[in-house]
Amino acid sequence: MGILINKDTRLLIQGITGHEGLFHTQQMLKFTIPIVAGVTPGKGGEWVLDGKVPVFDCVKTAVDVSGANTSVIFVPARAATDAIFEAADAGIKLIFVITEGIPIQDMMRIRWYLKQQQITLIGPNTPGMLVPNEIKIGIIPEDIAIPGNVGLVSRSGTLSYEIASILKSSGIGISVCLGIGGDPIVGTGFTDILDLMENDPHTEKVVLIGEIGGLEEQQAAKMISKGYTKPVVAFIAGQTAPAGTRMGHAGAIIERSSGSAQEKIEALEAAGAKIAHYPEDIPGLLM
Amino acid sequence: MRLHEYQTKQIFNKYGIPVPRGKIAPYAGEAKQIADEIGEPVVVKAQVLVSGRGKAGGIRLAKSAKEAEEIAAYILGTEIKGLPVHKVLIEEAVIFTQEIYLAITIDREAGLPVLMASGSGGMDIEEVALRSPGKIIRLPINPLLGIQEYHARLVAIYMDLSRQYWRQFAKVLSNMWQVFRNCDASLVEINPLVITPDNRQIALDGKMIIDDNALFRQPELAEMRWLETDNSIDTESRKFGLSYIPLKGKVGCMVNGAGLAMATMDLINSYGGEPANFLDIGGGANSEKVGAALKIILSDSYVKTVLINIFGGITRCDEVARGIIAALYEIDNQIPIVVRLSGTNAKEGMQILMERNLNIASSLSEAARLAVEFSQRVPNGNTH
Repeated sequence: MGILINKDTRLLIQGITGHEGLFHTQQMLKFTIPIVAGVTPGKGGEWVLDGKVPVFDCVKTAVDVSGANTSVIFVPARAATDAIFEAADAGIKLIFVITEGIPIQDMMRIRWYLKQQQITLIGPNTPGMLVPNEIKIGIIPEDIAIPGNVGLVSRSGTLSYEIASILKSSGIGISVCLGIGGDPIVGTGFTDILDLMENDPHTEKVVLIGEIGGLEEQQAAKMISKGYTKPVVAFIAGQTAPAGTRMGHAGAIIERSSGSAQEKIEALEAAGAKIAHYPEDIPGLLM
Repeated sequence: MRLHEYQTKQIFNKYGIPVPRGKIAPYAGEAKQIADEIGEPVVVKAQVLVSGRGKAGGIRLAKSAKEAEEIAAYILGTEIKGLPVHKVLIEEAVIFTQEIYLAITIDREAGLPVLMASGSGGMDIEEVALRSPGKIIRLPINPLLGIQEYHARLVAIYMDLSRQYWRQFAKVLSNMWQVFRNCDASLVEINPLVITPDNRQIALDGKMIIDDNALFRQPELAEMRWLETDNSIDTESRKFGLSYIPLKGKVGCMVNGAGLAMATMDLINSYGGEPANFLDIGGGANSEKVGAALKIILSDSYVKTVLINIFGGITRCDEVARGIIAALYEIDNQIPIVVRLSGTNAKEGMQILMERNLNIASSLSEAARLAVEFSQRVPNGNTH
């Protein structure tokens, strides 16, 4: 049943009454993981989605009443920092932050604080996780993939949808699709997820989708070279991006030589990963 | 968002980091008046957001107020590395015996602030980093604790700073941390911090970059941006929260998500075309934002075709389609537009687009191929 979660997972949705929160919670309700509570300060006492999910004013009460242990955060950026700390202090142990645009100084404090308490943070700016036909946490469209044995991990949400649907059209299924988030500072990196996929019996091959900027892909390469047991196919976006240009808020910035697509590709290739130069090369490399 | 030197120094001054006495002058006449007030000699410094201003002739010493006026008039009439100079900073000329490099920035891999310092200040620090990396100290900082006095002592010892300067140096570093923290900066740099013959420590030059994502809680800093922006496309894309970077090709691009946008651009290149821009509409864009994005792309006269690639997740394709249609009612567009919609509400989106004669592609590679083909047609080879 994917990675990170298990049969005891009970979901809490922070920002459940918002435009995005409500729409995507409704999608998530079609899947197996129970959604036991929602939080929107000022709306406690309401029930949403045809009376299926109770709303609380604060996370502490929601956890006490519902036994929630995993949170999905849809709260807008200016309130998201507070929401993350609130979840941490209420005893939540796994937090998915869908929100994009959280100030970077907040993220440094959040990451430090959560690490001290051994709380796992996925994101921010993550699309969440999808196990086709089984589990959906976040916003990944459910019909982009079919069940299978390929684990897909990505820094970019929409690019992972693109690649999942290319796999689907070639008849290749997915064991789990997870976005680590496109922001410059995220809670969980490629290596942590590769580790989980290594231990996941449903995952036999891994597709890693990176992009320019940062060192995540190089660290993944190091890990793969040290005897990673499952075959890895990698694609790096931004191969033709002009150097020195910041490509969007996704933290895709080439600020030093270690951030270029070329360097990442070389590191991954040397580590033994197969390199896809275009998304449509991936199915062939998985065969 | 980068701040100008004079803006950075206003902030330094507010936080108790000593800066040279000085004032900003938009006209040469004012430069003379300021130089008179400050006392000769003065330094005239062009306020442009490029590095290497000094070498490019943007920083010059004036021995008299009259000379300050002449230099200001000259600098205000020139361009530095392609950028026009709108203001000059007139400052007292400071005599010093020692130069130090200081910066607080973010190590994104570690997810921590990092304090960087070197006793070889003044010159190009990247050069120092390249030639003698041992001369730069890097200290990771606990983001909840900030810079403490012991950090300052560590740095001082490392760079052999004489003990008499330690207390004052610790104060500069502590104030610098306050600036970094309170202004939501991703970079605060003092280069150089100088020590004068009468033992004062002064920030001769400073640089700051503010995190764009934090501007909502930094109204005063956000204000500084509007004073400096003279590019209307820049203003427009910021207003709608779009990441837009103009490039040199003919294929205008609109994509949701930076990774997908870059993969789209890579494909355009692979078919022999060249993207005219990078444009990420972000997640959950509404029709208004999409319309604004399309108008920005079409305002570039080099654009010969537009490629819209949307894979809906949190973004809904019907919203995108509505934005495209609304924008096309407002502008008289003659160039071909290729649209590819997939994911959340893609069917509804396609339905809406039927109203206009757009080129619909069913996959990303087909969209890229079509867009490149259209962009290479001779002028007047219109498909509409």
